Amino acid sequence: MFSTNRIVIPVLILYALTANAIAEPATPIEAGDQGTQPAVASVMPSTADHRKFKALQKQFKSGPEVTEACLSCHTESAKQVQHTKHWTWESVDPQTGQKRGKRNIINNFCTSVVSNEADCMACHAGYGWKDDSFDFTAEKNVDCLVCHDTTGTYRKLPGFAGHPVYKPLEFPPGSGRRVEAVDLQRVAQTIGMPSRTNCGSCHFFGAGGNGAKHGDLDSSLQHPGKYLDVHMDEKGLNFSCQTCHATSKHQVSGSRYNMAAAPKGGAHMRGTKDTSPASCQSCHGNKPHPAAMTKLNQHTDKIACQTCHIPAVARNEIGTELSWDWSDATKMGPDGKPLLRMDSAGRRAFDSRKGSFVWDSYVIPEYRWFNGIAKYKVIGDKIDPTQTVQINEFGGSANDPESRIWPVKVHRGKQPYDKINLTLTLQHTGGEDDTALWHNYDWQKAITTGMNAGGLPYSGEFGFVSTEHTWPITHMVAPKGDALSCAQCHSKNGRLKDVEGVYIPARDGSKVLDILGWTLALLALMGVFVHGGIRIIAAKRG
Amino acid sequence: MTVERIYVFKRFERFWHWSQAALIITMMLTGFEVHGAYEFFGFGKAVALHTLGAWLLISLWVFAIFWHLTTGEWRQYIPTLEKINAIIRFYLIDIFKGAPHPYRPTALKKHNPLQRLAYIVVLLFISPVLWISGWFYLFYGDWKAWGVDGYLSLEWVAFFHTAGAFMMLAFFIAHVYLTTTGHTPTAHIKTMITGWDEVH
Repeated sequence: MFSTNRIVIPVLILYALTANAIAEPATPIEAGDQGTQPAVASVMPSTADHRKFKALQKQFKSGPEVTEACLSCHTESAKQVQHTKHWTWESVDPQTGQKRGKRNIINNFCTSVVSNEADCMACHAGYGWKDDSFDFTAEKNVDCLVCHDTTGTYRKLPGFAGHPVYKPLEFPPGSGRRVEAVDLQRVAQTIGMPSRTNCGSCHFFGAGGNGAKHGDLDSSLQHPGKYLDVHMDEKGLNFSCQTCHATSKHQVSGSRYNMAAAPKGGAHMRGTKDTSPASCQSCHGNKPHPAAMTKLNQHTDKIACQTCHIPAVARNEIGTELSWDWSDATKMGPDGKPLLRMDSAGRRAFDSRKGSFVWDSYVIPEYRWFNGIAKYKVIGDKIDPTQTVQINEFGGSANDPESRIWPVKVHRGKQPYDKINLTLTLQHTGGEDDTALWHNYDWQKAITTGMNAGGLPYSGEFGFVSTEHTWPITHMVAPKGDALSCAQCHSKNGRLKDVEGVYIPARDGSKVLDILGWTLALLALMGVFVHGGIRIIAAKRG
Repeated sequence: MTVERIYVFKRFERFWHWSQAALIITMMLTGFEVHGAYEFFGFGKAVALHTLGAWLLISLWVFAIFWHLTTGEWRQYIPTLEKINAIIRFYLIDIFKGAPHPYRPTALKKHNPLQRLAYIVVLLFISPVLWISGWFYLFYGDWKAWGVDGYLSLEWVAFFHTAGAFMMLAFFIAHVYLTTTGHTPTAHIKTMITGWDEVH
C-alpha cells in the first residue's frame, strides 16, 4: 500500500532543481499532506488502486508512454491540462490583450526561456519543449507525473527539455554525482493528488534556487510550523496548496498574473466557478475580525489582508533573493577560473556564470497600491536605459476602489540590453554548446544566439541596465499574534511611510494646523504664567 | 466679616463637571497620540481608550442635556453683556490689586458674563466641531453605507477634529487657570466639589 513504499524522510532534496546544487541521488521524500492516514490501515484513501490497472503493469521507457497509459482511462485530462498556464506558459492580460506568461516575458532572474528551453522546461508540465518546434497539441507530451507523483523519485533535471531521468547519469556533468533513473512503473502505479512537495518542486525553486524568486514560497513550506504559515502548519490545519488554489478541470485558481487584489463581500462557497477562491476573503470574508475589532474591519477598504498578516518576507533561514546583477557575470576568479561563492548563510553570492547576488531573510516588504493587474515587459519591448527598467508595473492607485495596499518584494538587478535597439536582450545561457554563456562565458555569442532564437534584431552592442521586478506577497501568513501592530503603520516613519494618497492617523496631518494649534496652546500657557506671575508679585507687595 | 454660604452647584452638575473633566483629559491625552504628537499608550490602546471615552462622553451628554432641559438650567448659558466691561477690567487690572470680583454668583445665575460667553463658545462651537467630526471619524467604515463617502475625506474630518481639539486644549488651560482666581486660589475648586460657594 501507500505506506509501505512511502519512506518518509523529511529531507529537502529539491535542491536538485537549483542549477548549482544538483546533487544527491534521488531520495524518496514525503508525499506531503495528500496522504491523510486512513482510519483503517488496510483501506486506501483512493477508490482506485492503480497497481491493479493493466495499462500500468508494464515497463515504461519514457514519460510520454506513461501519459498514453494515463489517457487510456483519463481521456480528457491532457486536453484540460493543455488549456492551463502550466502547459502554455502564457497568460493574456484581460484589459490590454498583452500576452504575458513565462513564454513571453523577460524576468529579472534567468531573464528569458527563449533559446534555453532545454533547461527551463525542467519545470514545464510536459515533455520535449526544447525549441519552437514543440507540438503543443500532442496529448502524450503532457507530463502527468510531475504533479501526481507521490514517491518523490520523479525528478526533471535542466537540460532534458522536461524529460525525467531515464538512465543513470552524472549530474551536473563532471560533478562526480550520480542521479539514478526513475522507476516509471512504480511512480505511475502510486500516483495521487498533488502534494505541497509536487507544487513546490517548481514553485519553491523558481529562478534556480530555493526561495530565490518569490520570498513567500520555499521548501520550508513542505513541513511548516504554525509560526511560518498558520494555514499550512503541519501539526495544525495542514492545508495543501489546493485548499486555497481550488482546482477544477486542472485549472488552478489564483494566478499572480490576474490577481484578485481587492475581493469584496463575505466568505463564499468554494467551487463556484465565477469566483476566485484563492484569496483570503473567499474564506474569511472582508469583515474577518470580531465585532470588538470593528476598526480593523474598516481597514479592508484600503489594506490587503497580507499587509498586516505577513509581517515579513521569507521568515526562515532559507531567505530570498533581493538582487541579481548580471553585469558581474563572466568575471573569473583570481586564478582565471570560474568562481562560485556563497554568502554566510550558504546562498549564492557570486557565480562567474551568472553574476552577483544579494539574499536576505526576514525581509521587511515594500508596500504598493495594487489592483491585481500588472503590466509586464515582454520580449522586444522598448526600454529607457536612463531609468530603472520596471520588469512589471503594478496597476492601481489610492483613488481606485479596486486597489489595496499590498506588501511586495522588489527584486532588483542589472540585465544586458541592446544599446542601439533599446530592448532587453535574450541570451543563450544554459547548454553545453559553444555559445551558451554558462559554458563559454562569452556575452556576445550568448546574446547573438538568444536574439536569433527569439527573432529579434541585435545591434551587436550591449550594456547593462538597472531593473526592478515586483512580487506580490501572499503566502506564509503568520498567526494572528504576529500580525503588524497598529503603530507599525500609524507612526511618522512606519511601514507605510512612502504610500501616498491615503490619510493615515499619526502619520499624516496638516502641518499648518499643528503649528497654529500648538501656538494657540502655548499662548494660553504663556498668558497663564504672565497673569499668574503678576498676581503672585502683586499679592506679595500687598 | 460675614460669610454667606450659597448652594450653587447641585449634585448632578458636580458629577457632570468632574466626570466630563476626566473624560476630556483622557480624550486629549489619547487624541493627540492618535494624531501622532507623541507615543504614550501605544497607538492601538490610544484609539481604544479614545473610542471608549467618546461613548462615555456621549452617554454623559445625553443625561446632561436632559437634565439641563428638564431643570431649566440651560438658561445659565444664555449669553449676556451685562457688566462685561467691569469683569474684563477685573481680570486685567483689579485682580492684581486684590479687589473683589464685580460679579456675585447666585444659584440662579451661576456664571459671570465672561464665563457665559466662554461656555457658549465651547458648547455651540468647539464641542459641535469635535462631535460632528469625531462621529464621522468613528464611523469611517460606514460612510459608504450612509452615502457620504463622496463628500467626505478622512483628511478633512481629521483636520476639523484636530482643530477642535486644539481649541479645547486652549480652553482647558485657561479654564483651569481661572479656577484659581477666586477669593482664595482654591475657592472655586472647593465650590465645584462641594457645591457651596462662600460669598465674602
